[in-house]
Amino acid sequence: MIRVVLPAHLRTLASTGREVKLEVAGQLTQRSVLDALEVSYPMLKGLIRDHVTKQRRPFLRFFACEQDFSHEPPDTPLPDEVASGKEPLIIIGAIAGG
Amino acid sequence: MSKVRVLVGTKKGAFIVSADGKRTQWGVSGPLFAGWEIYHMKGSPADPNRLYASQTSGWFGQVIQRSDDGGKTWHQPGTPAGQPTTTPEGMTKGESNKFVYDASQETGKPLTTHQWYDGTQRPWEFKRVWHLEPSLSDPDTAYAGVEDAALFRTTDGGKSWHELAGLRGHGTGPRWQPGAGGMCLHTILLDPRNPNRIYIAISAAGAFRTDDGGKTWKPINRGLVSQYIPDPNAEVGHCVHRIAMHPSRPNVLFMQKHWDVMRSDNAGDLWKEVSGNLPTDFGFVIDVHAHEPETIYVVPIKSDSEHFPMEGKLRAYRSRTGGNEWEPLTKGLPQRDCYVNVLRDAMCVDSLDPCGVYFGTTGGQVYASADGGDNWSPIVRDLPAVLSVEVQTLP
Repeated sequence: MIRVVLPAHLRTLASTGREVKLEVAGQLTQRSVLDALEVSYPMLKGLIRDHVTKQRRPFLRFFACEQDFSHEPPDTPLPDEVASGKEPLIIIGAIAGG
Repeated sequence: MSKVRVLVGTKKGAFIVSADGKRTQWGVSGPLFAGWEIYHMKGSPADPNRLYASQTSGWFGQVIQRSDDGGKTWHQPGTPAGQPTTTPEGMTKGESNKFVYDASQETGKPLTTHQWYDGTQRPWEFKRVWHLEPSLSDPDTAYAGVEDAALFRTTDGGKSWHELAGLRGHGTGPRWQPGAGGMCLHTILLDPRNPNRIYIAISAAGAFRTDDGGKTWKPINRGLVSQYIPDPNAEVGHCVHRIAMHPSRPNVLFMQKHWDVMRSDNAGDLWKEVSGNLPTDFGFVIDVHAHEPETIYVVPIKSDSEHFPMEGKLRAYRSRTGGNEWEPLTKGLPQRDCYVNVLRDAMCVDSLDPCGVYFGTTGGQVYASADGGDNWSPIVRDLPAVLSVEVQTLP
């Protein structure tokens, strides 16, 4: 099981706590994590990445192991610590706005 | 006794304000969808317990919410929490937030371009739903006006949305341009006598009408004069802020344009100005009395560069003659140091007798008059900036 930390508004929509646990088949990448997340929580479709282009929404970032993976290609492997569940993939909203 | 339920969308959530038919004691519930922008909430005329809401965010995009019990509980259509994530037919749920322009050969139009602020062409890109208009007869059917301007429809209670692409694909599309607030389709009027006729308005393209249920559209902007665009009499490019109609006379339309209050007596084929003695004819809202089709309301705003009332006095104006002759309505409204705005979807009327009139401000107040505008009082105040106000009259 891997761990994903969601921003507060998405936790509310998905009726979850701060962190969700997911089974992800195959290699662990941003794409495979988000695919699995959207299967378990279909109400989050389109809210993290575009429905069609699958591009990350501009005000969201992906962090893991104190590194920013937001600009990595979606099929770049994520660290082993995320794959083992030791560290979470953190989806975080930009600190901006009023 | 009758009741009224006022649906208030704000910059930071939604609120429901309720009262009995006397409209003197009000209860407030909310915030719903706290922290999100609620551009619009509206109830189905065919089933007042069915409500739709547009929940949106610069971070997370668009969510459509639906209530089947008058606003007590809400869910994203098709994706109730804790239920299976696919339908029995194997279709993945989670399509209710999906607004994708129809570029298919069979039903759609190629992804066209429109004019950007700098004059260049830019492809349509979905940003948010500005306005939801439930069908007059079917609770599961509703229309959504979106930015970048297009019209979508659901026929399954909001589970899925499909573009009526004939509008975006209208040949004038490359000349449409965003107003300062974005290129939004903000007004949808359904003709109660002719289900094939729909009016819409876009900032800043103008007004359009379909007479074939949305397949083809015609610009209806003749008579509009906008001095701030290269051709003041252009077929499209006018910044229409709002259109209103009385259901008993669907061919008579009233418009608050960027500047000018306008009227058409022939379903938009020709407009004439009825600003008359208004102190300023800039503004956003316009609406029609529920029982007097020639009585209309606006809230004049000083100018396009100063979005607040003149002289710090919040005044609605009423015309009992379908325009031109206006009287200020001030009793109960702040008459000093008031510098709020009233946005385009933030005025409505109930259908009680006497007619109730409501409007919300960017200062977070919702004002109501239970006597057609003679006397006003805040039914709630100190909310986040109000984006939209709708009212349901309930038995």
